[in-house]
Amino acid sequence: MLTNQEVAQHIAGAFEGDVYDFEQPYDLLTFTTTREQIIPLLTHLKDHQQYQISFLTDLTGVHYPHLTGKEFAVVYHVHSLIHNFRVRIKVFLSKEDLHIPTASDVYPCANWMERETFDFYGILFDGHPKLIRILNIEEMDYHPMRKEYPLEDATRQDKIDPLFGR
Amino acid sequence: MVDPPAGHSGAGFFATSFDQVIGLARSYSLWPLPFATSCCGIEFMATMGAHYDISRFGSERPSFSPRQSDLLMVMGTIAKKMGPVVKQVYLQMAEPRWVIAVGACASSGGIFDTYSVLQGIDRIVPVDVYVPGCPPRPEQILDGLMEIQHLAQTESLRRRNGEEYQQLLASYNIQ
Repeated sequence: MLTNQEVAQHIAGAFEGDVYDFEQPYDLLTFTTTREQIIPLLTHLKDHQQYQISFLTDLTGVHYPHLTGKEFAVVYHVHSLIHNFRVRIKVFLSKEDLHIPTASDVYPCANWMERETFDFYGILFDGHPKLIRILNIEEMDYHPMRKEYPLEDATRQDKIDPLFGR
Repeated sequence: MVDPPAGHSGAGFFATSFDQVIGLARSYSLWPLPFATSCCGIEFMATMGAHYDISRFGSERPSFSPRQSDLLMVMGTIAKKMGPVVKQVYLQMAEPRWVIAVGACASSGGIFDTYSVLQGIDRIVPVDVYVPGCPPRPEQILDGLMEIQHLAQTESLRRRNGEEYQQLLASYNIQ
């Protein structure tokens, strides 16, 4: 049975200085790393003899418009199927420089997840084999999940109905 | 058996107009093309099934090929990315063709008042009958089909060649 304490100490030792902000909301081990260390970190956890944290459950983005200098987060959820142990890893990016290396070389399933994150947040995954929109129409020229749009445009024309109104 | 249309009958003959005979024939052999994307599609499956049985109305054969179908039934949310597909299917259908928008989403976007969802299929193809509901019950879908039958029976044979119809299609950039 793996404990958060044990894994956290191991990671803090192996990536000293590059991992920080350890916490465990709802007992889920969570920490932050840098974009330079995220791929070595994922590889390390995947290849670790004992832990075998080798399943990428989810990869997504978050927009924090109020955090100056780290407006965007990329969140990786990885899972050890052997130990039923989960880890959440965050990488913060500034809105001026939304580049992060792709995880699709480590986890092929990251391919579509990164396309989705690019589609909705505009985060650029360097080295991705085909970084194009996956869910939204190709002609869309914005990233809709960013918290930078008004809730509704009062001048909207596409839902005016003479019978039912707006 | 349906009642014969109004006409003149005598010993060994019955005379009426093509309009009515062809309308009658069309209305009782409408081949629907189910374009089902979500929960309204499930209601349509019930409508197709033995209990509600859309076959009773002459729609015996749901056609999954647009070339052989008369009635496009759009059931469910149409995302903007799906819009060109619906239009392509409509374009592939031969005249005369009818369209039913089943449910709130196909009719108006429904609860999905958002950037990714088409706010009603009538933004890309002309719609003949709207069936309200979220989702509508099979009885309502059958009622929509009967409305289409009524349209088919009363439609003039020349309507599809008419100026008004051409203008309608032109307003959707068709032809």
